[in-house]
Amino acid sequence: MQNQLFLSLTAGIFIGGASGYLGSLMLSKRMALVAGPLGHLTLPGIALALIYGFDVSLGAFPFVILGIVLIWLFELKTKLPMEALTAVVFASGVAVAFLFLPMEQAETALVGDISKAGPWETLISVIIVLILFFVIRNIYPKMVLINISDDLARSCGTNVEKYNFLYLLLIAIIVALGVKMVGGLLTAALVAIPASAARNLSRNLTQYALVAIIIGAVSSSVGILLFRLTGFPAGPLIILANTATFLISIVFRR
Amino acid sequence: MENDLVLKVQDLTVQLDHRSILEHLAFTVKRGEVITILGPNGAGKTVLLKCLLGLIPYSGKIEWEKDIKIGYVPQRLPFIKDIPLSVMDFFALKMVFGQEVRDIMRAVGFKEEIFARKIGDLSSGQFQRILIAWGLIGNPQVLLFDEPTTGVDIGGEETIYNLLAKLREERNLTMLLVTHDLTVVYQFSTHVICLNRQAVCYGPPREVLTIESLQSLYGDDVKYYQHKHQ
Repeated sequence: MQNQLFLSLTAGIFIGGASGYLGSLMLSKRMALVAGPLGHLTLPGIALALIYGFDVSLGAFPFVILGIVLIWLFELKTKLPMEALTAVVFASGVAVAFLFLPMEQAETALVGDISKAGPWETLISVIIVLILFFVIRNIYPKMVLINISDDLARSCGTNVEKYNFLYLLLIAIIVALGVKMVGGLLTAALVAIPASAARNLSRNLTQYALVAIIIGAVSSSVGILLFRLTGFPAGPLIILANTATFLISIVFRR
Repeated sequence: MENDLVLKVQDLTVQLDHRSILEHLAFTVKRGEVITILGPNGAGKTVLLKCLLGLIPYSGKIEWEKDIKIGYVPQRLPFIKDIPLSVMDFFALKMVFGQEVRDIMRAVGFKEEIFARKIGDLSSGQFQRILIAWGLIGNPQVLLFDEPTTGVDIGGEETIYNLLAKLREERNLTMLLVTHDLTVVYQFSTHVICLNRQAVCYGPPREVLTIESLQSLYGDDVKYYQHKHQ
C-alpha cells in the first residue's frame, strides 16, 4: 500500500512538474486551452488501452499526434480559426470514444487513475519527464522569443518551424502522460493552471518557470494524498488542488 | 557591389494571397544614409522591411553588402506582456548577458536599476528604447525600424529620434525607417521612399516631397507641409 502511494506520488510529482513547465510556454503562446481538446482526442486511444489492457499513455499518444496533424491540415486547407477546427476535431474524438468505451471504465478514461501506477510504468514516466525537462530547458529562450514575435525570432536566424514542431511534439507527450493522471477531460487544467498561478506570482522568467514547476508538482502530490484520505478520484482532486493554488496566487499577485 | 553601397534593390515585387503588395520597386542605400519609407496604411511599408529581412517571399533582387549585420526593431510586440519578463530576461532571449547588456543600455540612456523591472511595467517610451537597445546587440551596421514611435507620447517621440540621431553618429549606422511622420522625414532622413505599392517618389526629402508627390501618396486632400528648421 505504502509502495503504491510512493509510485503514484513519484509519477504525479514528475508529470505535474513537467506539465507546469511546458504550460508556462503554452500560456505565452495563448495555447493553454489547446491541451484540453487534445486531451479529449485521446479518449479513443484510452478506450483501446482499457479494452486491451495496455498503458493508457501509449494508447493516447498516437491519437494526440493524429489530432495535431488533422488540425494543422484542416487549417492549411480551410483557413478557419484554430479554435473552430480544434472544436471539430475534439468533439469527434469524444464521439468516437463513446462508441466503444466500456462504460464501467468510463471514469478512468475521463478523469484518470494514477492510483494503480506500476513500478515500470512509473520508471518510464520519470525517464520521459527527465528528457522532457532537458528539451524544454534547451528550447525555452527560443520558444519565448517565437511566442513574442515570429518575425523577431526569424530576424535573429531562428528556425521557427523546427522549434514549433518540437514544441507540438512536447505538448503531445505531456498530454499523453497527463491523461494517465487526470484523464481525457482535465488535461488542459494540468498545463494551464500552474502557469496561470505562476504568472501572478512572478516578476521574471526564472521565477515564472520555477513557480509553475513547483505548483504543478505540489498540486499533484496534494491531490494524490487527498485521494488516499477521502477516496474521491485523484484526477479531479489534483485539478482542484491546482485551482486552490491559483486562487491563493490572486491574493498574492505581484 | 559598388563602393559605399550597402543595399541594392531591383524590381522587387511581392504578392500575398494573389494580391499585389509591392510592384517593381528599385532603390539603393549607401553607408551612413537614413532612408525613410513613407506611405499611407496598407502601402506595403512593413512588407518591404520584411522582404529586406528575408522574412517573406518576393520576386526581384535584394542584394546586401557581403557579411553585413542587420538589426531589426519591430513595430509592436503585443504578446510580450503575456508573461512576466524582466528587461534582463528579454536580453537573455538573444543570449546576451552581463557587460554587453550594460554597455548597450548605457548607449540608450538607461541605468542598471531598470534591468530587474518587468517589461509590462515600462512606459511606452522606455519600452521603445529597450527595443532599440535590443536591435543594437551584436553591433549591426544597419538598423531597420518599423514605426519607431508608435504609441509613444509626443515628448517621448522626440527623445526616440534624438537617440537615433545620436546612435547614428556614434556608431556610423545606416538606417531604414518606416514612418507616417513627416517631421521625421525632414529632420532626420537623408532620403525618402514614398511608397504606395510602387515608389511614388525617391530621393532627398526636400527635393522629392512636393505637393504633387504627397497628393499622389495620400490623396488630394493632403495639406502641404514642410518642416522649416534643421
